[in-house]
Amino acid sequence: MIGNLPLITVGLITVIGLFTIVSKRNLIKILMGLNIFEAAVNLFLISIGYREGGIAPIYTNAVQGLMVLPTPQALTLTSIVIGVATTAMLLAFVTIIYRNYGTVDTDRIRELRE
Amino acid sequence: MSWELLRLHAPALLIAVPLVASFAMPILGRTKLSRGIIALGAMALTSCIAIFLSYTVYTSGVLLYVFGAESPALSIPPDSGGIPIRIIFTIDALSAFMTLIVAIVGFSVFLYSMSSDQRHTGLEGYYTLFLMMIAGILGMVNTGDLFNFFVFLEISSLAGAGLVAFRIEKGKAVEGALKFAVLSTMGALLLLFAVGIFYWQYDALNIAAIASRMQFSLLDQIALVMLVAALAMKCGSVPLHFWTPDAYSMAPSSVTAMLVVSSQASLYGLFRVIFTLYGIKLDWVTVGWIVIALGMLSMFVGVTMAIPQKDVKRLMAYHAISQTGYMLLGVGVGIAVLGDPASLQSYGMAAIDGGLFHIFNHAMYKGLLFLTAGAIIYVTGTRDMNAMGGLGHRMKYTMIFFMIGALAIAGIPPFNGFASKLVIYESVYRFSPVLAIIAMLVSILTLASFVKVFHSVFMGPELPEYDTGREVPLPMLLGMGLLAGIVIVIGIFPAPFIDHLVAPAAQALVNQAGYISAVAGGG
Amino acid sequence: MLSTTFHTGAGYWNPLVWLGVFLLLLVLAYLFWFRGESGYRREGEQTKPFLSGNRAPARGEMHLRASHLYWGFTEAIRGYYERVVPAHTGVLNDYLLWFLGVMSFILVIMVVIR
Repeated sequence: MIGNLPLITVGLITVIGLFTIVSKRNLIKILMGLNIFEAAVNLFLISIGYREGGIAPIYTNAVQGLMVLPTPQALTLTSIVIGVATTAMLLAFVTIIYRNYGTVDTDRIRELRE
Repeated sequence: MSWELLRLHAPALLIAVPLVASFAMPILGRTKLSRGIIALGAMALTSCIAIFLSYTVYTSGVLLYVFGAESPALSIPPDSGGIPIRIIFTIDALSAFMTLIVAIVGFSVFLYSMSSDQRHTGLEGYYTLFLMMIAGILGMVNTGDLFNFFVFLEISSLAGAGLVAFRIEKGKAVEGALKFAVLSTMGALLLLFAVGIFYWQYDALNIAAIASRMQFSLLDQIALVMLVAALAMKCGSVPLHFWTPDAYSMAPSSVTAMLVVSSQASLYGLFRVIFTLYGIKLDWVTVGWIVIALGMLSMFVGVTMAIPQKDVKRLMAYHAISQTGYMLLGVGVGIAVLGDPASLQSYGMAAIDGGLFHIFNHAMYKGLLFLTAGAIIYVTGTRDMNAMGGLGHRMKYTMIFFMIGALAIAGIPPFNGFASKLVIYESVYRFSPVLAIIAMLVSILTLASFVKVFHSVFMGPELPEYDTGREVPLPMLLGMGLLAGIVIVIGIFPAPFIDHLVAPAAQALVNQAGYISAVAGGG
Repeated sequence: MLSTTFHTGAGYWNPLVWLGVFLLLLVLAYLFWFRGESGYRREGEQTKPFLSGNRAPARGEMHLRASHLYWGFTEAIRGYYERVVPAHTGVLNDYLLWFLGVMSFILVIMVVIR
């Protein structure tokens, strides 16, 4: 049970993130929801990479034990970096939209439709 | 010696050249001349490498490139326990086919962009993003690693969104870009989730390595659902298409032509996942019918939504959705008979051939049509078809190019759209006649809607407001002419094209064992 | 040697035949044009449209604009358009909801029912 805690958290955060994305009408809140969902994915990647009793693959003064390939950690770092870039760009878009439309409400940002 | 070295490292150069040029652009591209030389030069070089690479793959089989290894062919290091841990580019005939599309459309678009975009400021940033997008698309179609696919997908979507928003247009372009970027990020995150699921089960990220261990457990099925939904959204199939007209219509026209190719790279990803990652192990009838259903919906809803449009680029964007439906239909029929060797041989392969052939043809004529739309907007300064008319008097070449593109998209012989649609109709008819008949109906509606565009834009008396309008500059005509020439040549010689380029690609798509052994046997 | 004949499995197709017909039509059109009235002048009254003696409308008025085309088609299947066109609301939340909805739909078909 306690070993599954990270995965349960992942499920919980995923639901919170997706619910925020579809239910909130404020663009900033939608982006927050997107970031929450992204946090869930990152937590998922980290938790699948955990091995009981494994040690980091640093060969200098290494203690005896099973070394773990740090691929999931590398994936998570990459994903965080991409997430920062995406969020920065989306927030820039929201700023420009606010300047031109005077609102961040998705119901009123629908010049392009039909 | 250096020639050999070039041949060996061509896959890395394919990504490196546009990326390096992209990052050099903000520093070196301050003047018009240097910007043009760097952008066009880098794109020409990339296209040359891409064509060279495709030629190599078509003549001598699957090409492996292992980043960071002692030799580019050493895919599985001896101490890794049989898992390819490095990032590997696995370039088979299908990847080469897609690379060829990017090379041709990319070069035409850059040529066109040399004069179409010069009236705007901030162009060094524009070309930075543009080259980055090219690198992202090339990476997507050539990589053999799922996480790497995610990274390149994000690169191409972020650069694409930045380009869509480039001309703010009172916030409307940014609105389209925001919708595109939020949905792309959502799709990419789901893709990452699926990658995590695979790593959890198989300790691998390489497509071939995962494919060889594939169990098709419950988790794999959930991952498949996420991948199919995310990639179907990225390629713009109905009912996940809502971002497509918004982003396509607001982007600068040269970018729109490239966004079409980027969507098709996602389509490639979808087919790669279904055929190579899962292959025969998945429930082929269900998945095939889901892809067919998405395809039929895209075809019909796309074309019917296009007919009442007033914005010329929005209309063409809906046609892009509709044409994506043909590709999904063709390949979907191939998936639906994947586990049935008799049907696969008798019409399944032909359907896949038709679908892939249509990807190539679509990239050419849709790119051409978006470029002509850009030329029309360049002259008139408006997107609204109600404000246009009589342009055929002054823009004869653009009109001819538009006619070529419009007849090709409607499947009128002797242009290339006819050849691929013929293959799709005949093979789909043997699978299910109703689907083929609906496909033909959609083709008629496509023609009807392009007649509307042709009439309202080019026909009629010269309107007083465009009396000063002239034909667009030569580089734009050259870019359009290159694509138009390819449309005609393929329309006249479809058989050699299918035999030498499309059929090997379709074989590579279906041949999962060959893909796996190319990576596993490379040690 | 590049062959233009294209075998599709069920039949064959040769674009050269089509091109030949096309060329023939062009030649015919030229012949008709060639035998036309030689006394035509490009200026003067005879180039103006004749509308029973009424004055021809201005150039901009004569052109049939895009929104008038296919009015009958859209009117004939109005029931369909009244449902499909408003579905393209332009609201970001709806787009995301469609995406998640279709994904759950595929999930139900592919995993639960099968």
